[in-house]
Amino acid sequence: MTQTTAESPVRKQRAQLRVRTLRTDRWWLAPALTFAGLMSFLIYGFWAIFDKSYFVDPYIAPFSSPCLATSCPPGARFLGLAPFGDWYGLPPGLLILGLPGGFRLTCYYYRKSYYRSFWLSPPACAVAEPHGKYTGESRLPLILQNIHRYFFYGALVIGAILTYDAILALVHKPGGLGTWILIANAVLIMTYTLSCHSCRHITAGRLNHFSRHPLRYRAWTFVSKLNAKHQPLAWASMFSVMIADLYVRLVAKGVITFPFA
Amino acid sequence: MGYKAKFRIWRGEGGEGRLEDFTVEVNEGEVVLDVIHRLQATQAPDLAVRWNCKAGKCGSCSMEINGRPRLGCMTRMSTFEETETITVTPMRTFPVIKDLVTDVSFNYQKAREIPSFTPPSDVKPGEYRMQQVDVERSQEFRKCIECFMCQNVCHVIRDHEENKQAFAGPRFLMRIAELDMHPYDVLERKESAQEDHGLGYCNITKCCTEVCPEHIKITDNALIPMKERVVDRKYDPLVWLGSKIFKRSS
Repeated sequence: MTQTTAESPVRKQRAQLRVRTLRTDRWWLAPALTFAGLMSFLIYGFWAIFDKSYFVDPYIAPFSSPCLATSCPPGARFLGLAPFGDWYGLPPGLLILGLPGGFRLTCYYYRKSYYRSFWLSPPACAVAEPHGKYTGESRLPLILQNIHRYFFYGALVIGAILTYDAILALVHKPGGLGTWILIANAVLIMTYTLSCHSCRHITAGRLNHFSRHPLRYRAWTFVSKLNAKHQPLAWASMFSVMIADLYVRLVAKGVITFPFA
Repeated sequence: MGYKAKFRIWRGEGGEGRLEDFTVEVNEGEVVLDVIHRLQATQAPDLAVRWNCKAGKCGSCSMEINGRPRLGCMTRMSTFEETETITVTPMRTFPVIKDLVTDVSFNYQKAREIPSFTPPSDVKPGEYRMQQVDVERSQEFRKCIECFMCQNVCHVIRDHEENKQAFAGPRFLMRIAELDMHPYDVLERKESAQEDHGLGYCNITKCCTEVCPEHIKITDNALIPMKERVVDRKYDPLVWLGSKIFKRSS
């Protein structure tokens, strides 16, 4: 237990408990596991962006899709296009990293998880945070979290492209294990994206008269059911995209070579 | 079967005080409030505790049990080990009057700052006609028993007394959401939720939802939808443009 900082005069009227928390359970476990999970995603993502083995016909690694530069192998280019031409020499994954990355960074669930586990604000309920001042999302830079819905639109596009990649793999290699890993990943990515709080708001959450918009109300009801699973979907889709990406790279590198790979 | 439990209870007036140790009998089926009442009856007749219904519906016996905000009447003794020392303290965010009783008037002040339900001027009482689907979303928020544990656990004011002026707290931001979602409320509340009641301070860490004894999804169903409505109003240029082009009022 750590000592709290000096109490202000107003605060003195509160019970003067000079410990950070009186909780006796393992309150530190959840933020520690969250920290480890998110860090593993960041470290893997950093490695994957710069790894060049991202394509093996008909699979393309999700972290590098869509591939939009001339440096991409012809089969890896999205719809055969390379709008970024030869001048672009950096890894192709960097071009689209901002959309899914920004979507997760500003996601209401991930905000909770990294505010707790990285910034300790608070680390757990009824455990004092270590910061002297707090303004939350009321001013820069955290007020920028309010652009989440724009990342949602971008993430929808990326989700659709990953679905297209999975369908292409299904057409060309229906019996491949990689095909089914990409399909499972696409399903999880799309359900996570559609379960987003901004999506819930856009469907009908902003309305006050559901009865005047029955179709939107039905869409809202569906998204609300998904939204209740937003946290598990966030984790499942995060691990599925890492697993799918790693699998494709291992096949491309020749590490995985069995016949149904 | 009964047993002797070890309790550490905060005793004192104002902010000054200390944790006092007690050993007290516990019987099968009892809750923490029952044990505190036994302490009053047998060892500490001047121990102050606020309570009323003993059924988890009045919200009076909010306290912190082993550091977690709980209702004393809804916390079963069977959830603790018999050898465990149970620490009971008053809610940490509010000034202490005596022992476990806190001054929660901050919350009444915040309640008064929210403009009440404002129907259209041309609709008279008795003329309201609403579909169930239009009101059931905000009916969830009416389950609130005002135990103020969400206010107590919210780190925005729990750890930062200086934010009490600017931040209404989850209970009252939920009240604003309830009114803003009401089909017959015409008052503009989004701008004031952000500017006057401090919605931007909320970083959605969901402690309010975790402690709510009524299991209201405060964060997912009130605070985040309200944040999205504020985005419509203040931060989304497309919605702003759409409202100008199509003359759509939000």
